[in-house]
Amino acid sequence: MGRKLLTENINVPGIQSLDVYRKHGGYDGLKKALGMSPDAIVEEVKKSGLRGRGGAGFPTGMKWSFLAKPDGVPRHLVCNADESEPGTFKDRYMMERIPHLLIEGMAIGSFALGANTSYIYIRGELLYVFHILQKAIDEAYAAGLLGKNIMGSGFDFDLHVHCGAGAYICGEETALIESLEGKRGNPRIKPPFPAIQGLWQRPTVVNNVESVMAVVPIVKMGGDEYAKIGVGKSTGTKLISACGHINKPGVYEIELGIPVEEFIYSDEYCGGIRNGKDLKAVVAGGSSVPILPKDLILKLANGEPRLMTYESLSDGGFITGTMLGSGGFIVMDEDTSVVKNLYTFSRFYHHESCGQCSPCREGTGWMEKVLHKILDGHGTLEDVDLLWDIQSKIEGKTICPLGEAAAWPVASAIRHFRSEFEEYVKNPSSIKKDNHYYRLNNISPEVA
Amino acid sequence: MNNENKLKFSNEALALSQRMIKRYPEGKQKSALIPLLHVAQAEFGGWLSSDAMDYVASLLNITPIEVYEVASFYSMFNLKPVGKCVIEVCHTGPCWLLGSDDIVKYIEKKLSIKAGQTTADGMFTLKTVECLASCGTAPMMQIGETYHENLTLEKVDNIIHECRATVVEPVSHWSKKEIK
Ligand SMILES: Cc1cc2nc3c(=O)[nH]c(=O)nc-3n(C[C@H](O)[C@H](O)[C@H](O)COP(=O)(O)O)c2cc1C
Ligand code: SF4
Ligand code: FES
Repeated sequence: MGRKLLTENINVPGIQSLDVYRKHGGYDGLKKALGMSPDAIVEEVKKSGLRGRGGAGFPTGMKWSFLAKPDGVPRHLVCNADESEPGTFKDRYMMERIPHLLIEGMAIGSFALGANTSYIYIRGELLYVFHILQKAIDEAYAAGLLGKNIMGSGFDFDLHVHCGAGAYICGEETALIESLEGKRGNPRIKPPFPAIQGLWQRPTVVNNVESVMAVVPIVKMGGDEYAKIGVGKSTGTKLISACGHINKPGVYEIELGIPVEEFIYSDEYCGGIRNGKDLKAVVAGGSSVPILPKDLILKLANGEPRLMTYESLSDGGFITGTMLGSGGFIVMDEDTSVVKNLYTFSRFYHHESCGQCSPCREGTGWMEKVLHKILDGHGTLEDVDLLWDIQSKIEGKTICPLGEAAAWPVASAIRHFRSEFEEYVKNPSSIKKDNHYYRLNNISPEVA
Repeated sequence: MNNENKLKFSNEALALSQRMIKRYPEGKQKSALIPLLHVAQAEFGGWLSSDAMDYVASLLNITPIEVYEVASFYSMFNLKPVGKCVIEVCHTGPCWLLGSDDIVKYIEKKLSIKAGQTTADGMFTLKTVECLASCGTAPMMQIGETYHENLTLEKVDNIIHECRATVVEPVSHWSKKEIK
């Protein structure tokens, strides 16, 4: 069994409440942190090697050390709880079950950054989790863990939870800041970076829920200890939300470095493919990362086992690799239509594009339409080339990475599954659109 | 704003709004716009009329256009009347892999409407939505603030039956019991 740093107590009855959370060591990390200097905390986070768990994998300690600290200007820590990347559901799982871990992490992070007011931005659809967090925040205020002079340290700290209203793009950190200011979620042109001019033009750090939570064990155990877990630059544990055609979908905390094959097939994790089927493909890090066929997700191009680390998953670049991304691990069995799955992704990106950049706004719409045409049985071989052409014209030409996030799934699907596209256009009767109906065991055939 | 049908929050909702506005620094009250629009949608029948949006603008001391441009950006805000129960079925990849298309088709057939439409009796609106961070318990749908997960057709039957039997007032994402 791998070590559990974030989920160790997740199944303790009542761990949602402050009392039970404290009985299990809750807020000991904050207590310890308040006895340290802010810079020493940043140093521990640097030593831990923690990399942003929101998708980009940027080292958290380094991000914290970039925060501008002009005199007399308030700064903020903003937690990104927008979690909307298809395949990703780890943050929701954690916030719902152990809300105080996030509050403790926010308090430690804010103290380290010198932020006296911080915000948790949660996606609007999760209003029920918003209320869970609000309740936990109220409890923490009542116990003197938030508010004036927290734990008698002299540090004043206010924490608020803020809700969005349905927009994937608000997960992008500058769009999130705009949204938190009460505006449309249009990403900003960078620079200036949020570390210099973020929320209300003040220096701001935006961190993912899991990154913020990970700071708690890092402070408790020390950065060096944390860094002993994992492989190379992939240190510590990572939450993976696994879904699709597996026996045991769910959120798993893994030690970075376990083989992908073990993650998919071992009973400790996904428990293998449903109904005894064979594996066809995996999207390993949320819908935005390249899809890989079975042979490439299990093994590197040189035949060595692929590991669950930032480096191993991206080994081979986009020719034979992918990315760890947000940890949204989507598994597809042998009966899956990669083209239809891709269509749902392209429809998603088209729906979620904020529309500021033409290549993204128009390109996502075109890709959705061309895929729709192919699935409708009217595609041609030129359409497959057209898809390739459109996706290649988005990357690097947009304000934010949503454009790329829309292009990569298309590029990788064509790269690795071109024959499926070609089969669909040459022989429309082979199009498998409803290949999933029998999975709902009680479905009547006329509905399917 | 039309003075004759002036909309107004309940006292509870007004108090909640004031608490929310205080979460943001002096002069940054506009930040409370999205939370207040959720409350408005709960208070005013599940959707945002221009009167409702004008009212929110007045609470925040901002111009109505600042509210319209935000309300029209976010998918959770309904700018047209909707049924009392809005059924939002996730249809993104991970849910599709486990049969969300069948769920949508089944509900369409059961309620005799297409996705995007409202039943003639004003009870149900069916919407397809994008990933709701519930992919591990797919297929799933949301009604109001409630996530219904690991759906089967039988579960869908029960949920719809339950709505018909119990829902009187419009169900919004921000549940009325939280406005207190
Ligand atoms: C379109 C888009 C959506 C994103 N969605 C999320 C999200 O839901 N949650 C998240 O933490 N990061 C998301 N990110 C990444 C954030 O921009 C940012 O990198 C992250 O919140 C930084 O936190 P971290 O360093 O702790 O990972 C998204 C990025 C893009 C481009
Ligand atoms: S890339 Fe797309 S989502 Fe990002 S800013 Fe441009 S149009 Fe908006
Ligand atoms: S795809 Fe439906 S909840 Fe994620």
